[in-house]
Amino acid sequence: MSRMILRRLLVSLVVLWLVSLLVFVATLLLPGDPARAILGQQATPERISALRHQLHLDDPVWKRYLDWLGGLFTGDLGTSTSTQGPVTALLGDRISASLVLLVLAAVLAVPIGLALGTWSSVRRGRATDQTISGVSLVIAALPEFVIGVALIVLFSTTVFKLFPSVTLTTPGEPVWRQPAQLVLPVVTLVLVVTPYIARMMRATMNEVLDSGYVEMARLKGVPERVVLRRHALPHAVGPVAQVVAIQLAWLTGGVVVVEFLFRYPGIGQALIDAVAKRDVAVVQAVTLLIAAVYIVVNLLADVVGILANPRLRTEAGR
Amino acid sequence: MTAVEIPRADAEGEPPTHHSGLFRTAWAFPQAKIGTALTALVVLVAVLGPWLGPLVAGHEPTEFAGKPFKPVGIAGTDGLGRDVLSRFLAGGTTLLLYAVLATALGIVLGALLGMIAGYRGGLLDSLLMRANDVLLSFPQLVIALLAIAVIGPKGWLLVLIIGLTHAPRTALVARQATVAVRDHDYIRAAEMYAVPRGQILVQEILPNITGPLMVEIGLRLTYSIGYIASLSFLGLGIQPPTADWGLMINENRIALVVQPWGVLLPVLAIALLAVGTNLLADSLASAAAGRTRETRS
Repeated sequence: MSRMILRRLLVSLVVLWLVSLLVFVATLLLPGDPARAILGQQATPERISALRHQLHLDDPVWKRYLDWLGGLFTGDLGTSTSTQGPVTALLGDRISASLVLLVLAAVLAVPIGLALGTWSSVRRGRATDQTISGVSLVIAALPEFVIGVALIVLFSTTVFKLFPSVTLTTPGEPVWRQPAQLVLPVVTLVLVVTPYIARMMRATMNEVLDSGYVEMARLKGVPERVVLRRHALPHAVGPVAQVVAIQLAWLTGGVVVVEFLFRYPGIGQALIDAVAKRDVAVVQAVTLLIAAVYIVVNLLADVVGILANPRLRTEAGR
Repeated sequence: MTAVEIPRADAEGEPPTHHSGLFRTAWAFPQAKIGTALTALVVLVAVLGPWLGPLVAGHEPTEFAGKPFKPVGIAGTDGLGRDVLSRFLAGGTTLLLYAVLATALGIVLGALLGMIAGYRGGLLDSLLMRANDVLLSFPQLVIALLAIAVIGPKGWLLVLIIGLTHAPRTALVARQATVAVRDHDYIRAAEMYAVPRGQILVQEILPNITGPLMVEIGLRLTYSIGYIASLSFLGLGIQPPTADWGLMINENRIALVVQPWGVLLPVLAIALLAVGTNLLADSLASAAAGRTRETRS
């Protein structure tokens, strides 16, 4: 089993390396001369060639890649073309702000999704199940910003005025100082991922509850609650961990739109600003960061899947 | 409406019974009827809108009708004094066109790669699937943002990048379905008759994996609509002064209290379209799942 986990870890590292290669290629595809872009059209050829030298643009491609990769490991993410400052300074506070949003959304969405999915499966075919399945099917189709705008209309402007529709904190102030401004972004993210988790949990539980070992437990006279807790739920952990991971990874992408909508000072908004200003160093840094989170979360899910699979456990024991 | 017709169009050369069977089974689910109705409604607005808009407002949707936020016409004007209703009517065409093109690209490319990987197996399969792992480690929207940062918000780029990022996801589904039918006798028979591999893929395998592919078409269309609308909403997709639903929401959300129609109409249209295509995909998925269960037992 530990060999499987080790192999999975190696695969993740290779994927991460390939991702870095892919993100680096973006710099090479950039039309025009970055040095000219920074200095503007009036720059003299001497100044441009000096800056090109300073930015190592004259070096061969492989050396530029290695320098860039080395920079990533030492915490140097490059220079932002729009602020002229280091990218790390730009992203520092924003990373923690985004993490607050992600963690709150995950902590709420995962248990709610699992509970709804299980409940739906236990009540299969009845009104509860049909309501949960129907509502989650509808919400799952909606893009993040549609859910967000609907929440703003309902709870922030036209119908009720309960929560602010934009982030009110001044730059530098931690976002959690004003918890009310977190409500709508977090609820949006929860609504985005919960339906998927619930639907997958329902499907998995349906399969598990139809299995021979659950029927056996029932025939033995084990109370239904114990059947659910001891016999059914442990078997659903592996497959559901995968879906939960995919959804948590999805959150890192969904957070981009939600932050833009609520003007939330996180990395998502930094990404949108950078794309609009064609500030590729920032875009690369955020892309790589999101991809890294994605890969790590998926790795964890696979490890949970391996640990939860009893067949793999016995194979390792042999 | 289109979501049902597309699969029929690209499924030439198959026994007709196979297909109509899947759609007939799917039609029995209430999702299929509701989904078709919602999709048809929004598609109708998107297709006829550009002609209806000028009739309703008396001028082009990019022109200025009068003072900002005035109750001119039915829904009034936006912050720049443009007629909201005519902009809404014109705003779905580009979104729908891009979404359909991106879905087509993703499905064709993904199905092809998945079928080749699943049928051939071996090194090619491993290579394609590892390449898939890399592409799947970015959220689709983030890859699109990276590409837009480098090249700029161009229409062809939106279609290309959304289509290309769909492909690995569809390839996984197509590969799995292909592996399931790969070792059947009819494929063996075709191989023994020395039928070329390409012909086996198209004539033997493709007709037998249409179920999962139909579901993919519905799902990918739902996601394409979501991504393209989201990118336009972010100001990085379809560019002003084009009338577009995603862009309209962004332009009008500041004035939500004064002019709610500018936000509500496009939000409603995108929501109904996405829900409609998703319900269709779900009914097809239920139908396909039911059929495999029947054949198994």
